[in-house]
Amino acid sequence: MADALAAAAPAARARTRTRWQMLAPRIRRHRGLLLGAGILVCLSAIALAQNTVAPQNPIKIDITQALQPPNRAHVMGTDAFGRDVFSRVVHGARISLTVGAISVVIAATVGTTVGLVAGYAGGSVDAVAMRIIDVLLAFPGVLLALGIVSVLGPNLQNLMIAVGVSGIPVYARLVRSTVLVAKEQLYVEAARVIGVPIPVILARHILPNVGAPIIVAASLGMGTSILAAAGLSFIGLGSTPPTPEWGRMLTEGRDYLRDAWWISTFPGIAIMITVLGVNLLGDGLRDVLDPRLRV
Amino acid sequence: MLRFLSARLLATIPVVFGVTVAVFSMLYLIPGDPVKMMLSEFQSTPEQIAHMRAQLHLDDPPWIQYGRFVWNGLHGDLGMSIRDDRPVTQEIEEVFPSTVVLAVAALAISATLGVTLGIIAALRQNTWADVTTMMLATLGISMPSFWLALMLIFIFSLYFGLLPAAGGGEPGHLGDILAHLIMPAVALGVGAAAIIARLTRSSMLDVLRLEYMNTARAKGLNGATVVLRHGLQNALIPIITIFGLQFGALLAGTVFIETVFGRPGLGRLVVNAILNKDFPLV
Repeated sequence: MADALAAAAPAARARTRTRWQMLAPRIRRHRGLLLGAGILVCLSAIALAQNTVAPQNPIKIDITQALQPPNRAHVMGTDAFGRDVFSRVVHGARISLTVGAISVVIAATVGTTVGLVAGYAGGSVDAVAMRIIDVLLAFPGVLLALGIVSVLGPNLQNLMIAVGVSGIPVYARLVRSTVLVAKEQLYVEAARVIGVPIPVILARHILPNVGAPIIVAASLGMGTSILAAAGLSFIGLGSTPPTPEWGRMLTEGRDYLRDAWWISTFPGIAIMITVLGVNLLGDGLRDVLDPRLRV
Repeated sequence: MLRFLSARLLATIPVVFGVTVAVFSMLYLIPGDPVKMMLSEFQSTPEQIAHMRAQLHLDDPPWIQYGRFVWNGLHGDLGMSIRDDRPVTQEIEEVFPSTVVLAVAALAISATLGVTLGIIAALRQNTWADVTTMMLATLGISMPSFWLALMLIFIFSLYFGLLPAAGGGEPGHLGDILAHLIMPAVALGVGAAAIIARLTRSSMLDVLRLEYMNTARAKGLNGATVVLRHGLQNALIPIITIFGLQFGALLAGTVFIETVFGRPGLGRLVVNAILNKDFPLV
């Protein structure tokens, strides 16, 4: 009898694995996720090592070199001011990734907090919070970000704030609905009965449930943020010249489209590849995380 | 039911109020003095400036200006455009149809393209057709619409000289209008098409598995009827819901597309108004 128990114990211990161990094989099999992650890793590496990858100065003006098609010296040609397009594209990577990341961080932090509080507290707190979120949602797409940038002034910081704020409702509603479900769970009620203080309940029991959808929404949201930021810069309400931001480069190339197509084409391809990587990663994460990890 | 509806309606009132406050605050806070912008062409005296400000009620405290804003709005008077000195309502009326036409055209294109591709992908699940279509769809949602617009202009207008690059087309000439409509609608619609394609695929896959599909096949109906009539009908329900949501997103997207193509429209009006600090127009 005692021997049977002793024999069972190590087997039981071996069967429980960490969440990461359960996920890893699924992640390894998902080609889209790996591709997306790979793209982002490469982009981040390029962004970090931007001066090594593209040693030419991205903002120095040299009219004698203006409007050259792609050649040996300038792999992607030069723009109207003689600046190397390849160098500008590479230096723009850091900007776009930063803008995308920070907007998502802003949106996710504020949105999650609002969603957690509204969902858990319920009642009038919930109603008021949701009405405010509805006001934000009333503005379609980038229009809210457009308004915010026009009030604050066009520069990169305000771009991040504007895109971030316009992303808040997504996370707020997502988190709130997850919290509404999670707080009905028996273990939450048990914790409440024992007298665990609310912030601890939120952090230890509810937050892990919420983690997976947030990660997915954040990855996909980063793609939207990058596109929105590029779009606002394209209209002229984002970064200022001579910043090598991709959206801005598209506008700068518009006037020369007929004769110097490379000025607008390459930054656009860069945007597309970046957002593609983010979307692949987000899709992959969604496939892998949901719903197998319902706690 | 009635109580639920009225409760929901009641809830929208503070939202509408909140939106008007938000819009007005943005207008109020946008830096730049519209009077200075208007009169800057002339050497104006301080009296003229003061007179203009009084005329435009710019010296009143914010809440009074807000009240006037809402009151006039409810009466259909949205003020006079500072830049063009025309009633705002008139300016909006002029360009509104163009934007709606663009959004509708884009929705039509994206719906046709998206649903077709989605069905194909669902029917040939896990074959190369499925994988390719879905890769294309992912690419489609990753593409900036204004970049696609520029590329389309480059290829079709500047290289091949096939389609006009800018403007809305001669009013009254249907062919010309259509020629001016194609590229913007495609550029705007690709993103939505990709989303619709993915949704159609998953929706169709869900439906195809259901039991009544087998029943239909057992009845002896041929493949196409089975798929289209029974399957698609039900798969379409969530897709149509998305159409509505996408339309809103498309309207927002017109901002970029109209700017690129120089089409008259609400989007471009908004952008120019903001850039010119034209408060009432915004």
